[in-house]
Amino acid sequence: MEKSKFEDPFKEARQDKGFGEMNDQNDPVKMILGHKDVRKCAHNWKTFQSGGEEVGRIVVPSEVHIRDTRQIPFEVDPPQHKSYRDLIDPWFKRPLEADYQTKLTEIIEKVVEDALAEDNVEVVEEFALKLQSRALTLLLNIPFEASELWISWGTHVFRSEDTALDSDKANILYDYIDAQIDKTIANPDDSLYALLLNAEIDGRKLSKEEVKGVVILTFAGGRDTVINAVTNSIAYFAEHPKSLERLREQPEILNTAIEELIRYFSPLTQMGRVVTEDTQVCEHAIKAQSRISMCWASANRDERVFENANEVVLDRKVNPHVAFGFGTHNCLGATHARQIMKILLTTLSKKVASMEIIEAKENIEGLDQFKRKVGFDSLQVQFNTL
Amino acid sequence: MKTITFITSDNEKIITEANSGSVMELAVKNKVKGIDGDCGGVCSCATCHVHVEPSFWNAVGAPDELENDMLEFDDNVSDFSRLSCQLQVSEVPDGLILKVAK
Repeated sequence: MEKSKFEDPFKEARQDKGFGEMNDQNDPVKMILGHKDVRKCAHNWKTFQSGGEEVGRIVVPSEVHIRDTRQIPFEVDPPQHKSYRDLIDPWFKRPLEADYQTKLTEIIEKVVEDALAEDNVEVVEEFALKLQSRALTLLLNIPFEASELWISWGTHVFRSEDTALDSDKANILYDYIDAQIDKTIANPDDSLYALLLNAEIDGRKLSKEEVKGVVILTFAGGRDTVINAVTNSIAYFAEHPKSLERLREQPEILNTAIEELIRYFSPLTQMGRVVTEDTQVCEHAIKAQSRISMCWASANRDERVFENANEVVLDRKVNPHVAFGFGTHNCLGATHARQIMKILLTTLSKKVASMEIIEAKENIEGLDQFKRKVGFDSLQVQFNTL
Repeated sequence: MKTITFITSDNEKIITEANSGSVMELAVKNKVKGIDGDCGGVCSCATCHVHVEPSFWNAVGAPDELENDMLEFDDNVSDFSRLSCQLQVSEVPDGLILKVAK
């Protein structure tokens, strides 16, 4: 049962001081750890800003040195934030439509059937990355074939082996998106690119740079996070065959199961903000222009909020997790992500009798004073047909 | 069968009927604008925020601590705020009127 266990490395610091400290490329981050403090900071977008001058600074590790394009609406604050959100929110709710779900089911069933046909598969590259990339073609509403290139980039499109951030690798994605925008201008279609290129906000057309900003966010925000959620879920059900059995017998717990797995895994550890005025968090003074982060992963294990916080309780009824963030900047892709999880769990329960982990290599994030397992570098699994 | 009326922020009145399930599910089924219920009812997303018509407040009751915490940092909170995913149709008064917060 050990491989699908995800410890809470923040407990002591959360109970002791309520925050942790991380030096990120000489731009330190005060990590906020408690559920209530995290929500309080996320709510207060004026003091804890996303849309400051320095693009990329709210991401931890900071992307200041590798990115100039502002991610939208992620790095914009109200009131402008609302104009962007109102424009794209309906598009990102398309996963609720029956046709979208039918196509997503085809994609996920194919990945599962392929896994069942092999002796065993490496889940990160061969299963989760494929599933995530193919599902992204639906979210962008572009041909399925586009996913082949994204899959060929591998999981580390923003990273190389030895560094967390790699500008050459990031540029592959940025150049690709530039090319797709130009292609759509030349040949308009029904894609997200086209929606953005035709859209007006506050009485003007979006610039190419703004279109790029939305698309980069769509690519970046939903890649590692979805891959981790999918891979970690496979690991969990491999080691908990009774839970898979329970999903088969009690499909009515599907919704609480999804939310619980997302809480437990918290695929995005934290998100930063830039402090706009001298203030206090957890009775600790914080200076203007410094950085904080809201540690979703820690908040989601806060024992003051969640009973048996370190256990996966598939039918947890009240589950106020913050895995998709909280407040103004909550996750734009959450509807898509939830639909992926819903169809994945349904497909596994229908087609897979059991799974066996053959080999696992953990992906541990180094956060200075904390080390957090966020997923796997590789996970070799045998899938057995029902 | 109970009747529950939703009033949206642009003053559309939607009259619904149900016996069971959560009030959030009822609103989503009837496509009440401003009630998304993204998390499916586990009190995580706060996209089902309603204001209870004051005359029904005592019968509906106040939120518990966790729900209250989630509401604390939501926009447009009033003394009559509830998350409708935490309201069961079977437990609320017939004729209930709810104003959508968003």
